[in-house]
Amino acid sequence: MRLELVKRPQRSMLFSALSPFIAFVLTIIAGAIMFALLGVNPLTAFRIYFIEPISQVWQLHELAIKAAPLILIAVGLSVCYKANIWNIGAEGQFILGGIVGSIIPVLFPQFEGLLVLPLTLLLGMVGGAAYAAIPALLKTRFNTNEILTSLMLVYVAQLFLDWLVRGPWRDPQGHGFPQTIQFNDSAILPELLPESGRANWGFVFALIAAILIWILMSRMLKGFEVRVLGSSPRAGRFAGFGLNRMVFFAFLLSGALAGLAGISEVSGAIGQLQPVISPGYGFTAIIVAFLGRLNPLGIVAAGLVLALTYLGGEAVQSALGISDKVARVFQGMLLFFVLGCDTLIHYRIRLTGFSAPKLEAGPKLEEAR
Amino acid sequence: MSADQDGANLLEVRGLTKIFGTLTACDHVDLNIAKGEIHALLGENGAGKSTLVKMLFGSLEPNSGEIFWNGQAVRITSPGTAKKLGIGMVFQHFSLFEALTAAENIALSLDDGSPISTIAAKARALSYSYGLPLDPLSLVGDLSVGERQRIEIIRCLLQTPQLIILDEPTSVLTPQEADKLFETLERLRSEGKSILYISHRLEEVKRICDRATVLRHGKVVGHCNPRQETASSLARMMVGNEVLAVVRAPAEGIETAPVLLQIRELTRKPATPFSIPLRNINLEVRAGEVIGIAGVAGNGQGEFFESVSGEVLQQDAGSVRIRGKDAGGLTITGRRLMGAAFVPEERLGHGAAPRMKLSENLLLSRHATDGKMFVGAGGMVKGDAIHTAAQRIIKAMDVRKSAPDPEAAALSGGNLQKFIVGRELDRRPSVLVVNQPTWGVDAGAAAHIRQALIELARSGSAVLVISQDLDELFEISDAITVMHNGELSKPLPIAEATFEKIGLLMGGAEPGHAEHTLETA
Repeated sequence: MRLELVKRPQRSMLFSALSPFIAFVLTIIAGAIMFALLGVNPLTAFRIYFIEPISQVWQLHELAIKAAPLILIAVGLSVCYKANIWNIGAEGQFILGGIVGSIIPVLFPQFEGLLVLPLTLLLGMVGGAAYAAIPALLKTRFNTNEILTSLMLVYVAQLFLDWLVRGPWRDPQGHGFPQTIQFNDSAILPELLPESGRANWGFVFALIAAILIWILMSRMLKGFEVRVLGSSPRAGRFAGFGLNRMVFFAFLLSGALAGLAGISEVSGAIGQLQPVISPGYGFTAIIVAFLGRLNPLGIVAAGLVLALTYLGGEAVQSALGISDKVARVFQGMLLFFVLGCDTLIHYRIRLTGFSAPKLEAGPKLEEAR
Repeated sequence: MSADQDGANLLEVRGLTKIFGTLTACDHVDLNIAKGEIHALLGENGAGKSTLVKMLFGSLEPNSGEIFWNGQAVRITSPGTAKKLGIGMVFQHFSLFEALTAAENIALSLDDGSPISTIAAKARALSYSYGLPLDPLSLVGDLSVGERQRIEIIRCLLQTPQLIILDEPTSVLTPQEADKLFETLERLRSEGKSILYISHRLEEVKRICDRATVLRHGKVVGHCNPRQETASSLARMMVGNEVLAVVRAPAEGIETAPVLLQIRELTRKPATPFSIPLRNINLEVRAGEVIGIAGVAGNGQGEFFESVSGEVLQQDAGSVRIRGKDAGGLTITGRRLMGAAFVPEERLGHGAAPRMKLSENLLLSRHATDGKMFVGAGGMVKGDAIHTAAQRIIKAMDVRKSAPDPEAAALSGGNLQKFIVGRELDRRPSVLVVNQPTWGVDAGAAAHIRQALIELARSGSAVLVISQDLDELFEISDAITVMHNGELSKPLPIAEATFEKIGLLMGGAEPGHAEHTLETA
């Protein structure tokens, strides 16, 4: 017996849709084994991990808060990845969005009014985009590998933020805590339904971004350009599309969305800058993008699933005393299985015996004689 | 290998079948090759010739069927097994390292640890005894395509095979080089070696082959003696029905017609160490005429096409002029907007995006020229308009497909080429530049495409065709010019052109041109 991968003549639409679900099931199975090895009843663990965190309305708000940055970043990344451009540095663009967006509320706290919030958000987008422009420039100018440059810039951003909130931007009345002053009310992203929970407008931004990017990718010439250059660059050049322009477009767009996610998190969920403003949203969003099949609408669903892994991680930590690193394990397994299951889109699995060709040939020959 | 009975077949294939997914590439194929014969394997592209040969050489495993070698059933599981049995193969696409010498390349495939100098001496001796002169110490990168093929042949002969498989060997040769090859093959036959000769060129099959097996859609449709057949009866067997002859109405008044495409002193430095520089190319294509550019592959045709299409820009804006205006500094989009259209050599990945639908591939080359029709306000694509236009092209060019709007990669090569050519013809471009219009296209589709190119020219456009297929160029061109080592010869009007003259030019015999030494070295 052996497994054979047989290439399909056409991409399978069925498995294209099924692959994330198969991956999810495999993740659950592997997760059950992991919980069992940790000495916890898997069923109890799953109930605490996946069900309890979303059993009350205020918890759904928390889910939306976690999902919003994931979706915002992932829809931007989906454009990059469709264009075959590998922006791995969304985490850094997220942080720079948070920092640049905080310029007005931190340095000009006396500035109040209706203009403050839009300006703050806009600056956040500019910050993320500008930071993403660095790997784009390096790639187009010096042909550097954007995976490495964008990733390394994440650490630069993290340390820059750390330095800012401990040094020049530290709140003088903050008893020495490494954090900026609280944003004034004009710069705070309002909550959606304050009576039921804390979810803010960031989630709405995420949904709007997903819809707009979906229209861009499926209905507009620019989206066509992205897909052509990503799948066959030479055909793209023949079409007259410029690869360098595309590198900038994809990086600036995804950087701006990551920046928007960053400033939304800072001005919405947190209300000030701290040394750490992201539990790895920029990296988790990569999983969200692939789990959502690089389709903006799929990304909304995937974003909610991955947001749940964060909440579940916190829940098992407090309820069962398991490290919340378990969330990272789940996220990693999910990405691993999704990428693995994608093989089924292009290949089907066939079980064959080792001697199959001979056996087939045998009877036929006898017939002939 | 000497356990043969008299008159026995060297190789017998019975009921060989290979299935790829839903496609049966070879369907119960029978084939017998006798000792000391040149056996032709005929068939159009996609008929299953390559699949069959790959199974004989061990690179593919059959799903069912049997192979007998000298009367004994064998399983050929790898190219190594095939070599041990005594089967050698010369592939259509060479697998040579350009930065190594001929002898080093041969040593790599022999894999027996003998020193390079021994191999070089053996190769030299063998090459002279078969009339295939070759210097084993020369770098492959410096050799012509014909010489590279000699390396492949000698590499194959060094393993003293009983059966030599040649896959489309003359497709890269000048007529004179092909003549030399035929002498070698006849010599091998006289020594009792068998040759399986794969080709779709009927004249040469008639000339050198003793027997032929014809494949169509994966099935054997006949065995015959090609010498007793006519080219058209062989073509009928291959295609399954009559192939329409291309009609070329005489071009009138071309001398006074306006020049629509002009190339003036086009020069381009080599982009990579192994690409060909373009040297001072001059050419005019007038309204109403088809000009053909002949030449052995790899003599700068690809570089020339990129320069004319605008995928690569020129320093001197005047070196490419379209409809009387400088276009050298314009991108491919700019040149299209001036009325030019282009069909590149590679279909999948260059002329079309493989994983995109035909309608999307229509947009690929026409999003700018037909911007108003296909792209609406704010950059929104008009799906309906594109779909209608794609269906119009599919109908006009008789593109056969399995779904209403399939992915480009799902089409056969010929049908995709019909669509790609049709996509440009549908625009009625005033200048059309085509690289290898019918490469790998079946006879029926090729005739259709050629006729369409002639008709476009006669309706007042300038058509420039780059092709390695001399028959094709003689069929459709009003004048033929030859590209050799990055230079273009003076166009010969079709009335004065002969195979021999063009063949000599393809070999580099342009009178009045100084011989170029390799400047890259």
